[in-house]
Parts: sequence; C-alpha cells; structure tokens
Amino acid sequence: MKKIILSLLLSVGLVASVQASSEGGIAWDKAPNKVNDLPALQNGAKLFVNYCLSCHSAAFMRYNRLKDIGLTDQQIKDNLLFTTDKVGETMKANIDPRQAKEWFGANPPDLTVIARSRAGHNGTGADYLYTYMRTFYRDDTKATGWNNLAFPSVGMPHVLWELQGERRAVFDEKTHEFKGWEQIKPGSMTAEQYDQAVGDLVAYLQWMGEPAQNTRKTIGIFVLLFLFGFMYIAWRLNAAYWKDVK
Amino acid sequence: MAEFKEVSPNASVGEKLLNWVDNRFPASKMYKEHLSEYYAPKNFNFWYFFGSLALLVLVIQIVTGIFLVMHYKPDAALAFGSVEYIMRDVPWGWLIRYMHSTGASAFFIVVYLHMYRGLIYGSYRKPRELVWVFGCAIFLCLMAEAFMGYLLPWGQMSYWGAQVIVNLFSAIPFIGPDLSLLIRGDYVVGDATLNRFFSFHVIAVPLVLLGLVVAHIIALHEVGSNNPDGVEIKGPNAPKDANGHPLDGVPFHPYYSVHDILGVSGFLIVFSAIVFFAPEFGGYFLEYNNFIPADPLKTPPHIAPVWYFTPFYSMLRAITSEMMYALIACVVGGAFLGVKNIKMPAIAKNAVIGAALVVVLLMLSIDAKFWGVVVMGGAVIILFFLPWLDKCEVKSIRYRPDWHKYLYAVFVVNFIVLAYLGVQPPSPVGERVSQVGTLFYFGFFLLMPWWSRLGQTKPVPDRVTFTPH
Repeated sequence: MKKIILSLLLSVGLVASVQASSEGGIAWDKAPNKVNDLPALQNGAKLFVNYCLSCHSAAFMRYNRLKDIGLTDQQIKDNLLFTTDKVGETMKANIDPRQAKEWFGANPPDLTVIARSRAGHNGTGADYLYTYMRTFYRDDTKATGWNNLAFPSVGMPHVLWELQGERRAVFDEKTHEFKGWEQIKPGSMTAEQYDQAVGDLVAYLQWMGEPAQNTRKTIGIFVLLFLFGFMYIAWRLNAAYWKDVK
Repeated sequence: MAEFKEVSPNASVGEKLLNWVDNRFPASKMYKEHLSEYYAPKNFNFWYFFGSLALLVLVIQIVTGIFLVMHYKPDAALAFGSVEYIMRDVPWGWLIRYMHSTGASAFFIVVYLHMYRGLIYGSYRKPRELVWVFGCAIFLCLMAEAFMGYLLPWGQMSYWGAQVIVNLFSAIPFIGPDLSLLIRGDYVVGDATLNRFFSFHVIAVPLVLLGLVVAHIIALHEVGSNNPDGVEIKGPNAPKDANGHPLDGVPFHPYYSVHDILGVSGFLIVFSAIVFFAPEFGGYFLEYNNFIPADPLKTPPHIAPVWYFTPFYSMLRAITSEMMYALIACVVGGAFLGVKNIKMPAIAKNAVIGAALVVVLLMLSIDAKFWGVVVMGGAVIILFFLPWLDKCEVKSIRYRPDWHKYLYAVFVVNFIVLAYLGVQPPSPVGERVSQVGTLFYFGFFLLMPWWSRLGQTKPVPDRVTFTPH
C-alpha cells in the first residue's frame, strides 16, 4: 500500500515538473495583489469606467455592486454613471458593436470575467492583464498605430497612452528578441505611478470577475474551523463506539 | 398478507404509530435489514469511506442542482449570462454553483478511489459480480451526466468540448453522420443541443442513476460487503455468535454510521477548502477558457476535456493510422495464441480465426478515428467484464503474489500518465507514450485470465485481520 501511494506521489510530481517546463510566449509580470484593498479597487473602478467602458461592456456587473468596495449609491451616481442613470443597471458600453467591428477588426470582448478567462500556465488572469496593459508600444505598421508584446497585433489601441506616454519597443535586429523600451513622448504619470494605476485597474477587473470572492474566503475560514471541530467530535464519537469491538 | 400485529393499549404514541406503519409498510424491517442488522466486516480501512462519500456527493449534486435549475436558463443566448447571474445576483448562488462544479470533480475522485478499492480487494469476485456491474453502469451514467452538464455553462470549452465529442459519433460507419445529427439536433452544437443536454442532465440521466444506485446497494446488501482480507464473514463456515450473527461483522448502524460520519467530516474539509479557497482548482475543475462565452466561429487553439475524462481521451488520441498496425498485430497474435493454447473443438478454432480475419479486414478498411472511438468506449466497457477476467485464487491484493502489487501500481501510474497526456496538447512523444499506455491498459484486462493465475498466492486466514481501536 505504501509503495502504491509513493508511486502515485512520484507520478504527480513528474506531471507537475513537466508542466512547468512547457511554456510559451512572453513571461507575465506578477500583478500586485490588491483585491482586498478598497481605495485601490475604487481607483480601479474609476479608471475602468473612464477608459474601458467606452468600448468594453461588463454586461453581468451591476453598478450598485460597487457598494461592496465601499462606495455609496450617491457616489456611484455622481462619479461613475455615464452610460445609464440607474445604479441597478449593468455596465453596458455605448459603442455600437457593428461600428466597433469596423474600427478594431473585432468586437471588444466583455470584461466582466476577463480576469478569470485569461489565466494560463504563465500566471493568473490578473498577471496577464497587468502585463498586457503595460506593454503597448508605437508601431506604425498597424492600423491603430499601436502594438503589444503580450498580445501581438492586438486590435485595441493604447487607451491609457495619455497616462503612460508613447513608447517604442527596441528589438534585436538579428534575433528579433525584445530588448527594452524607449520613451518617445512622456505621459502624465511617471513609470511607477503608471504601474500603480494599472495595478489598481487590474485589481478592479480581478474583483469584478467574482465580486463574492472576498466574502467567500472569509466564510471559508469559519466553515473550516467548524469542520475541524466537527471532525474532532466525529473522531471521539467513533472511538467511543468502536472501543468495545474486539 | 402478513399477520396484523397488535401492541398493548398502554404503549406510547410513538410505538403505536410505528406499529400502524409496520402493518402497512416494512419500515422496521427495512431499517433492520439495511442498517441496524446489516452486518458489515469490522476490518474496513480507509478505502471503505468512498462508497458512502459517493452517496453524499450524489446528494450534494442533486440538492445544489435543484437550486441551480431555479435560476439557470437553457438557452444559447442566455445560458452564459444566467450562470454569471447565479454567481452575482442570486443570494448564495456562488456557493451553490461552486458546490456543484466542485462536486462534479469530487464525484469522479471519490468514484475512482471507490473503484480502485474494488479492484485491489477483489470486491467484484463471486458472488458480488452484479454489485460491480451495477457500479460500472453507474460510472457510465456519471460520465454521460458530467459530459452533458459541462455544456450547460455555454463557455468556449463547454461548446468545443461537446463539438469534438459529438463529432466522434460521426466516425461510426453508415449511421455515424445521422447519429451525431440526432444527438446535436442540429448540424453544429447549438441551442437545440443545449436544450436536450439540459433535459438529459437534469431529468433522464439522474433518474437512471438513482435507480442504479438503489440496485447497487440492494445487490450489496444481498451478498454482504467484501473486506480488505477478502474473507467471507457470512459464509457457511464463518464463525458466528449464538444469534447467528457473524463474529467478524458489526451492525452497520451504529458502528459504520459513526465511522462514515468521521469520513464525511474529513471529506467535507477537503471539499470546503476547494469550494471556498480554490474553486477553479488551477483551471482543472473550472477551465479558464470556459469564462469566455461560446463562440461557434472561434475554435480555441487547444481543446481538452475536463480532467476526469482525460485518461479515456488519451486512449482516443492514441489510435492513429500507425497505431492500427500495432492493434492488428495484437488481434492476430491474440487469435493465434488462443487457438494454440486453449482447448476447443476444430470448428471453434476455425470460427476464432475467421472472426479475427474479419476484424483485421474491418480495421484495415475503416478509418482509425472510428477505432479510436471503439477503444475509448471499450476502455470503460471492459470494466464490466472484470469479474470474469480475474482468475486468481484469492480475492485480496494482500494474499496475491508480490509482483501483482507492482502490476497494480504500474496500472495506477499508467492511468495517471494517460490522464496527464489527455490534458496536454498533442506531441510526438506524448502520442507514443499514450499508445504504450493504451496497450498496457487493455493488456492488463485482456490478459488477466492468464497472468492472474500465475505466481504463488499466500495463505488466506480464516478470520479477518483486525486490531481493536
């Protein structure tokens, strides 16, 4: 029996190590974990509504759910409602899908669960988005004038360019390997501030993917504590019954 | 009609009520037969938790399923959104949904371990063949249930997974294209498919599943449970007390009811840890791609079924046109060895050779894809025949020759490797490994009548081995 369990463990280990070595694409930067950080989430929500929502919907997310990250109905109404006047509505973009298709070559995807869907072997969906939003560069060969390292030939232009400024990607002439960035025009933010802002935005997207996630984890702790207590009682009860079985 | 029993007029209300019921329905009789006087061997170990746990997961799936159906919309335009509605706007919807999605994987974990227990302790051997056969039918139902349930969230993996699997049926000669059309209800997976899968998932298959579970338990209680020693505690020569109860058995209730509660508490800790802290389980329980709504115009680069189907999926992918030559060699070799070594009349020998020839001709003329489907289906169907394939003198692995243990270990590792390869994108090395793995899987079962007789078994004790707690 022990041998069987040992071989089971060994094969699982083998599987895991093979998995780690079969990656592709650029490495994703680790997104800061701010899914519990209310000011960051609020800032992220603001950035989301201002920059993303013009083209992308979050059709399964209601505005008033933002109360979970510490906003009031009035605050939501005053600062974040651009496309509707009811806080019970879902976040729908104003853009006409047909027009969007014409402009960008594809419909901008819904962003409600984008952070959940983009996870992969390189990291979490948040890592991907954090990398993606920070690797736009000027490329005149593209229709929008922009390209992206994490998503080559992406249809989306760099909507945060005013914040980050314009950059050029430097590639090795022979190997076409990415070597570094060259700032063409400065943005309104420093590099650190920009990373901070994108971190907030990504945290918001991550939270929006599953607004119940923080509640879920908190409840989970109590459930597990209860179950450990229950297990102790079940164990003693079992022992009490079985002590007479010879 | 049974004799009408009277209780004393001074009896309590409860006793009178029970007597009233017992005169009309075998309540007390069933309670005794299946719980308080159902004697189970006292030497059950860790592996024996998984039967009751499978029942628990079934109940979890049914109850959470009932609540999900209250909010889910089986409509291609609304399904994805209704799942997100459950996750966001339905009070506690996220918990119900995660319990159901985690429950699906938990069901397979528990059932695989339950089957493995049966395998190593010979629980399928006479007189428990039907217990095993009903169990295999349950496994088959469970696969259908899981497959159809997975379409319902209507994400990319749901959609393309269903597309790939339903397309497999079209590889069957003559009836294939019409059969897959019948299953889909359309030329591609679409709204019609979603509706019929929903119907099967919530009504048809669960009804069959429940019936089979009842049959499984009735059959088990008829013949009594096996145990890690494979000793019959209720046999004619087994030691019994003055009342005729087996000395090596204990009544299921209270002994195994409290024991199973302990198992339940352990299971719930693992289950809750996943539900509350890792419901996606690294993309294995909820695949990342499935958070993208189904798009019939956009095929994902890599389509993999959920982890519990991957061993069988690997075997499907292993059957390439190259592999067909290996399979043909196996058929020819098998027929030759059978004719040479097994005593049978000349006419039977000719029949075997003729049948092998026909099979080889079919294998040469029909596309490998079809044989892949046959192999995948066969990998499950072959389990049904296990009781008649195993010819070892003893039931339990404990008293089998040592090398049997290693063989079982290799079988387990092989199964896990096949499962792993099924998750991965196709690769030349992976293909070879899965081909060897497929041959080993089938060899393990088909050659069992031969290898299970080999080697020196150890003496089986008269009584079960039991150390008091």
